[in-house]
Formats: sequence, C-alpha cells, structure tokens
Amino acid sequence: MIAESGHYALVLALALALIQSIVPLIGARLRDAALMNVARSTALAQLLFVGASFVALVTLHVNSDFSVANVYENSHSMKPLLYKITGVWGNHEGSMLLWVSILALFGGLVAAFGNNLPLSLRAHVLAVQAWIASAFYLFILITSNPFLRIVNPPIEGRDLNPVLQDIGLAVHPPMLYLGYVGFSISFSFAIAALMEGRIDAAWARWVRPWTLVAWIFLTLGIAMGSYWAYYELGWGGWWFWDPVENASLMPWLAGTALLHSALVMEKRNALKVWTILLSILTFSLSLLGTFLVRSGVITSVHAFATDPTRGVFILLILCLFIGGSLSLFAGRATSLKQGGLFAPISREGALVLNNLLLTVACAVVLFGTLYPLAMEVMADFKMSVGAPFYNLTFVPLFALLLIAVPFGPMLAWKRGDLLGVTQRLLAAGVAGLVAVAIVWGWTSGGATLAPLAIGLGIFVIAGSITDIVERTGLIRLPFATAMHRARGLPRSAWGTAFAHAGLGVALIGIVCETTWNSEYIATMKQNDVAHVAGYDLKLDGLFSRQGPNFREMIAEFNVSRDGETISVMSPSKRSFTTRGSSTTEAALLTRGASQLYISLGDATAEGAIAVRIYHKPLVLMIWWGPVLMAFGGVLSLSDRRLRVGAPKPARARQRLQPAE
Amino acid sequence: MTLWFVFALMTVAAIFAVLWPLGRGARMQEQGSEVVVYKDQLAEIERDLAAGLIAQPEAEAARVEISRRLLAAAGSEPASEPKSSLKWRRAAAVVALVGLPLVAIGVYMPLGSPLLRDFPLAQRERGAGSGMAQSLENLVVQVEQHLEKNPTDGRGWNVLAPVLERLGRFDDAVRAYRNSITYNGESAERRSDLGEAIAAAASGVVTAEAKTEFERAHALNADDPKANYFLGLAAEQDGRKDDAANIWRALLAKAPADAPWRPLVQSSLARVGGGGVTMPALSDETIAASKDMNEGDRNAMVRGMVERLATRLKQNGDDVEGWLRLVRAYLVMGDRDKAVGASGDARQAVANDAARLKQLNEGLKTLGLDG
Repeated sequence: MIAESGHYALVLALALALIQSIVPLIGARLRDAALMNVARSTALAQLLFVGASFVALVTLHVNSDFSVANVYENSHSMKPLLYKITGVWGNHEGSMLLWVSILALFGGLVAAFGNNLPLSLRAHVLAVQAWIASAFYLFILITSNPFLRIVNPPIEGRDLNPVLQDIGLAVHPPMLYLGYVGFSISFSFAIAALMEGRIDAAWARWVRPWTLVAWIFLTLGIAMGSYWAYYELGWGGWWFWDPVENASLMPWLAGTALLHSALVMEKRNALKVWTILLSILTFSLSLLGTFLVRSGVITSVHAFATDPTRGVFILLILCLFIGGSLSLFAGRATSLKQGGLFAPISREGALVLNNLLLTVACAVVLFGTLYPLAMEVMADFKMSVGAPFYNLTFVPLFALLLIAVPFGPMLAWKRGDLLGVTQRLLAAGVAGLVAVAIVWGWTSGGATLAPLAIGLGIFVIAGSITDIVERTGLIRLPFATAMHRARGLPRSAWGTAFAHAGLGVALIGIVCETTWNSEYIATMKQNDVAHVAGYDLKLDGLFSRQGPNFREMIAEFNVSRDGETISVMSPSKRSFTTRGSSTTEAALLTRGASQLYISLGDATAEGAIAVRIYHKPLVLMIWWGPVLMAFGGVLSLSDRRLRVGAPKPARARQRLQPAE
Repeated sequence: MTLWFVFALMTVAAIFAVLWPLGRGARMQEQGSEVVVYKDQLAEIERDLAAGLIAQPEAEAARVEISRRLLAAAGSEPASEPKSSLKWRRAAAVVALVGLPLVAIGVYMPLGSPLLRDFPLAQRERGAGSGMAQSLENLVVQVEQHLEKNPTDGRGWNVLAPVLERLGRFDDAVRAYRNSITYNGESAERRSDLGEAIAAAASGVVTAEAKTEFERAHALNADDPKANYFLGLAAEQDGRKDDAANIWRALLAKAPADAPWRPLVQSSLARVGGGGVTMPALSDETIAASKDMNEGDRNAMVRGMVERLATRLKQNGDDVEGWLRLVRAYLVMGDRDKAVGASGDARQAVANDAARLKQLNEGLKTLGLDG
C-alpha cells in the first residue's frame, strides 16, 4: 500500500502541476485574485504530495521491499540503515524524485513566503515553476518510474554500487540538487518578468536571496563532491575536469555572475536585462548538467543507467525550456525598462568586469565539455579535453578575476576612485609580494608560477581584511569606536569579505597541493618502511574483517616522524559480493591543513601489497575555501535589511567610504 | 479496499487545494508593490545615516535617486482593480472536480499495480506462510546468505555448487567449487566438477585453466571418468584427434557396461575416429548416429557441439563451410530463429569478401533459408 500510495501521490502532483501551470496565468490576464491564488494552494499541495511520494520511497527502501523494482535493483537487506536511506537517491529514478521534491520545496517556499510580492508576479512565477515541474513529473512517470513493481518479489536485492556506500552520498547529491534546482526560482522570476513585460523593485528584492541560497548549496555541493572523489576513488585527485564536474561548475560560474549582477540590480536598479539573461542561462546550464549526467551521453559513476529514451526525453525538455526562454528573451527584452547609469570606474563597473570574466570562463568550460562530445558524434573521433586546455584558458581568466577581486568592494557606487583604492590596497599588495619572496626563498623545485599564485592568494585575503579594516576604521579611530562600527557593519559586508577571502584560501590550497605533493608507490611487505615527506610509515600487517555487506582487507601502518609515533593509519580494500566489485577505502591523516593519504592496490600472492602513499601539503585549504565562501553567503543571506547602494555624489570628493 | 479509500482521500485533498482559493471572496489582498519597496528604502537610508554607516552627502544623493524612482513608480503603477470573473472561476472548479481525477486515474492505471500489496522484508521473514513460493532461486539466495556469514561451511558449498551450475550461473559455480575444495579438501570428483564448471563458463571450451583442473583430478584418480572424458575433449579441441581417440578408447575399455555416460563417449569417439575432414563435428552422419542414443544424451551432445562451433565461428568468421554447417544444425534441431540469426551473423562476418559472400548466399539458398 505504501508503494502504490507513493506512486499515486506522484501522479496527483502531476495533475496539480498541470492546473498550476495554466489557471494562474488566466487569472493574471483577467486580474482575478482568486484564480491567481490557485497557484499558491496548488504549489503547497504539490509539495505535500511529492513529499509524501518521496517519504514513501524512503520507507520502501528502509523496509527492503523488493517487490519494488527500484529497491530490488539498488538495495540489499544487509546494508546499514544510513545507506538504505541514501541509496534512495543513489540511483537514477530516486535521484530524479529527489530533484522534483526539491523543486516542489522551492515552489512551496515561494507560495508560503511570497506575501510581499505583487500578486500577478507571484502567479506568473509559480506557473513557470509548474511548467518545469510538469515536464519532470512526466519524465519520471514515463521513463524512470521508481514505483514500478515486481510480481514475484526476489528475496534479496542487488545492492547499491559500493563506491556510493559512503557518507558522502548523504550530503553531496541533496546539496547539489538544492543548488541546481534553486536556480529555477531566479529562472521563473526572469520568465515571469518577461511575460509581464516589467521588472519592478520587488522583483529585484526577491531574486538575490534566492540566488544566494542556491549558490550556497551549489558551492558546498561541489566542494563536497570534490572531497568525496578525493578520498573515495583512491588516487588522491580532487578535480579532473571531467564533464560531470564541469556540468556542476558551469552553473556555479554563471550563478556567481548572477549573484553579483543581482546585487547591482537590487541596490542600484541597473543591469536589469543582463540579470534576466543570466538567470535564464544559469538555470539552462543546470538543466544541461542534468542532461549530460542523466542521459548516458557520458559514462561515469553518475550515469546510473544508460537508456536512450531518457536521453531523448531530457533533451526535449532542455530544448523546450532553453529555446523557449531564450526566444522569449529575444522578443521581449527590448521592451523592458532600463535601469540607472554609472561610470566605468565604480562598484557597478567592477561587478560588470566580474560578470564578464565569469561568463567567459563559463563559456570556456562549456566549450571544453561539449567540443569532445560533438567531435565524437559528428566525426567519430574520440578525444578528451583535460587540464592542459583549462590551464591555458580558464586559469589566466581566473587569475585576472582574482587580481580584480579586492578592488571591487572598495570602489564606491556610481563613480569610484581607482587611484585611492589602489593606495589603500598597497598594504595588501605588499603582503602578497612578501609572500612571493618567502615562498621563493623557502622552497625548491616546482613551477615558477607557484610562488606568484600564492602571492595572489595572500593578496586576495589581505584585500578582504583591508576592506573590513577600512570600513570599521580600525586604524584611524579609537579601538572602542572601531568595535562599535564593526558590530554595526551590515552582515553582507562581512559576508563579502569572507567569501572573497575563501577564494584566496582555496587558491593557496590548490597551488600547494599541485606543486609540492609527494607520492610513493611501491609493493610493501610486512615491516617494510616507506619514507614520505619526512614521515616514516611502517606496514605493521594485513588482516581481514567481515563488514555488514562486505569483507575487507585492512593494512595497518604505523606513522612516525623523527622516531616519534604519531598515529596508526589503516587503509582497506572492501569487496562486495553481491555486486562482485570492490572499493578502496583510503586512510587519511590530517596534520594541520596537510594530509597523508594511503590507498591500497592489489595484494600479491606472497603477502605483499601494492601501496600508494601521498603527502599533500595544505590540501584541506582547497575545501576550507568553499566552506568560507558558503559561510560568507550565509552571513549575507541573514542580512534582512533592505539594501540600498548609496551613490557617491558627483560634487564632493569625500574620503569617507559608504559602508555598503 | 483500503487502498482505494486512501486514493479517494488523496484525490479529494488535491481537489480541495484548487477549490479553496476559488471559494474565497474577492477581498483586497495584501501584496507587495514598487512604491512600498521604495518607501522602505528611504526609511533604510535614514537608519543608516543615524547609525553612522553612511555620510550625509551620500545619504542625500541616495535620497534624491530613490525619490525620483518612487515618483516614477507611483505614476506607472498599474491600476489593479481586482476583478472577479465568475465564468472562469467556475471553469477552473470544473477542471479541478472532473479533469484532475481523470488525469490522475488516466496516468496511474496503466503504470501502477494497485492489486499488488507491499512485501517488506520483515513480513517475508515471518515465513513461507505468507504465500510466497519458495522457488529454487530464493532457496539458493538463502543458502548464499548463510554462506556469506559462515564462509567456511564446506558442506554448504558442496550443496550449492551443482545447483548454481544447473541454474546457469557458471562463474558463481566455479567459485563455489573452489571454496568446496578449500574447506572440504580436494578429491578427483571435486577437481573435475570444478573443471567442468570452468569449461561451461567458457561455453564448452576446455580452457587451459579447466584442463589444469582435469589434470589434477587425473593425478588424484587416473580412472576418474569425467576427467578422462574432458581431457579427451581438450585434446580434440586442440586438434590432436588421435590423442583424443586414445584417451576415450582407454576410458571405454575400463568403463562398466551400464555406465550412463558410455554412449556420449562412444559418439565422441566416432566423431574423431573419422579424421581427415577439417571439421568433422555435426556431419549429418554424426547427427544420424546420435539418433541411437537416448533422447537426453543426444540433445546434450548435439547442443554442446553446436555451441562449440558457434563459439569458434565467433572468433574466426571466415569459414563459410562452418557457418553453413551451423545453420544446418540449427535447422535440424528445429530452432529456426537461431538459424536465421546465425545466417545474419555469417553475412556480417564475410561481408567484406565478395567471393565468400556469394558462396554463403548460395549455400543458404540450398538450405531454404533465403527466399
């Protein structure tokens, strides 16, 4: 009964979404408040039914009901409870159900908290949301139905892909989907504005917080995915420029650009049309990501099943929404009211530069992702675009962006003073140069550019600190006054500082890890000792153990430095009988921001085992950076004040900077 | 019945969600507007100025800008007199009352299985009394689960291995036989059973790995019939027909008169006894000769040979004669679908060679497959 009720709830959600996509639009045309309000109650009911459907699927997985094909194919009665639950979205059908559940959640949030929106805008936004929802409900019900049944239920399931049996699956997909799907809100707002033919101030007030929410989750989701790949795949890489990663990076780049342009729109009423275009592009890239990952165009751990009908269906959805929204944009954009004016050297100008660099970087990634696919389809020629391409294109663009980052927040709105800002950033610049000199003197080997890149990272961090120091007047004013000002400083200013500093932190981590990591690959016997980066790792022994649904072979290493024992590391290799496959569980030892990393290869007949040991200096900073960025985002989001960008008056040349 | 009741309740809830706002009067709703936003912004500037976050000149400039926008907004605010169009509301209500259940049932009925109840694990473990058939597969799963927890139970592996082989899960059978040898100790029978499973996994080809097992069995018991038979088969597949004949002759000489495998070995011997021809298997004479055997043995033999031929042709598809023999064998066995499939494969395999293709097509025509 649970299975069928869940199935029926999903069907009802589709029926409600169909009503929600049409009735409110008629209401908006007729200015009938009751018809427009249908959007609100149906959005909430939709959330209720999809939520029930999702809970039903989770229950089925927890109860190991193998009469449901999806449970049989992806679960196992011996699996730990956590993986029974996370296994719900560890497969194609379940993950699509999570996708629509999150979509319904965002729709429900707009319905519940959209009281301060003009009625017709809310009706339009929810109707557009319902279009997206209807398309995906149909996709799920027709091509990837998680509630299909087996008449004679087998007694045991086929188990989940062992690589996915990890805590990472509990966090990474929901985060990523909250990000991807969150951008549907700004998309719906953009389409609503185009359909109504006007963008009002309430529009601007709404888009930025929603974009910010999506951006925070996407940032954390990508970082989490990268860390997961780092420790689970067993060869210590954290970013491979593979199409699936690019599929999440592209919406992030476009979303970051959108976040900044929405800022200009919210505070200064400018860049409206561009923001609308970015909203459309960001969500389109999210859809493209879903298509790339789910259609089987790419084979990876994310492509659970390759089924051409699914690919064609998603491609259809993709064409419909991207093509439809872009032609609507082409037709209506010119009729929109343009916003305020500003000088090229100003906060607005800096944000435009940011947008320019981010969108070009995004285009580069898009090209690098699609070009090999296109070549494979059209010229039947297999190629891969990897790190060298991105090092030549993406990296310089980002270096340029990072140089500009500290300048942006310090420029005044409307018209700024570049020379003044440069003077005030002098200290940060000096800090960066000192860092370059120190790194150059201290290290040997590695790329020549590495010290420069570290200097750039320090410059970005110091720039963020300078900004806060300037705003609070920490040096100019008495300490107590400065503290008082710091408390009064808008939280969004703190958010900006943290997010920008996060960029610098991540950059330093990336550069250190790629330049100075050391690795040791060998076949080790008991009592062999490996020397890596000043650490001595002695193989104490190998033994096996029985897990709940796997057997594992564990190697124990005694880690010491200068004769002093630090810790014991025990990497393992797990073999899962049901799927007949195995995973490597790397052992990580964290020392400050650096990590020692051991993963096991195959054992030889003589009792020796292939071992890969890495020392990765400052590697954790790669993920601390995004966490800092997300924290900055949360701070900025918690700033519930109305946001006004006070322009710098043309006549007076004031030293004092606007706080915001 | 409860299920339909739940469905009905859910449908009513969904309909209610649409009808509820329609039923409410057209009273003025609180809603956001541009003017409100700008007024809030003006208030915000005063607050910032008071807190010392912005200076007087900037506050002044911002105030001027926002006031300008406020005026413009107040001028262009659409005169949104809320109207109510009863006609359309009624239409929406009808859609909710009729269309929604129709769509829901129309989509659900072809996809759902309302008659199937849930089968959670707990309920199933309460016993076979729940009406579920204890099929062979389920029993196997139970034995496998038991062995997963007690991998050293040699008797269990012994029981499981032949069942797995019969179910066609040859790779698992190989593993089970290996475990059986590990935990029960080795014997000629177990070694040759393992060899047979390895050969079965390789579609009847006695691979080097399988041959090693038969040789071990042979070393343990030189008279083990299965080991001898397969060693002969290995020799035949290697093209050493005389060796094969010798092995089988020796086997038959020692065999008891009523051994069930006698006819199989005899026919094998007959197959290699002819010698000379490139691929003696499946000549019409052999198939005719096999008619003397009992039904089961004959089928097994013929099928085994056909499979070997098919495997060989998959590796080397140039042999037109071989393809024709395979197609003829399928036709004799009454498996017309496979015959058609094999002729398709054959055409693909020799498609690049016009002469061979012609030969193949003519041959197929004589077999009556090409119309």
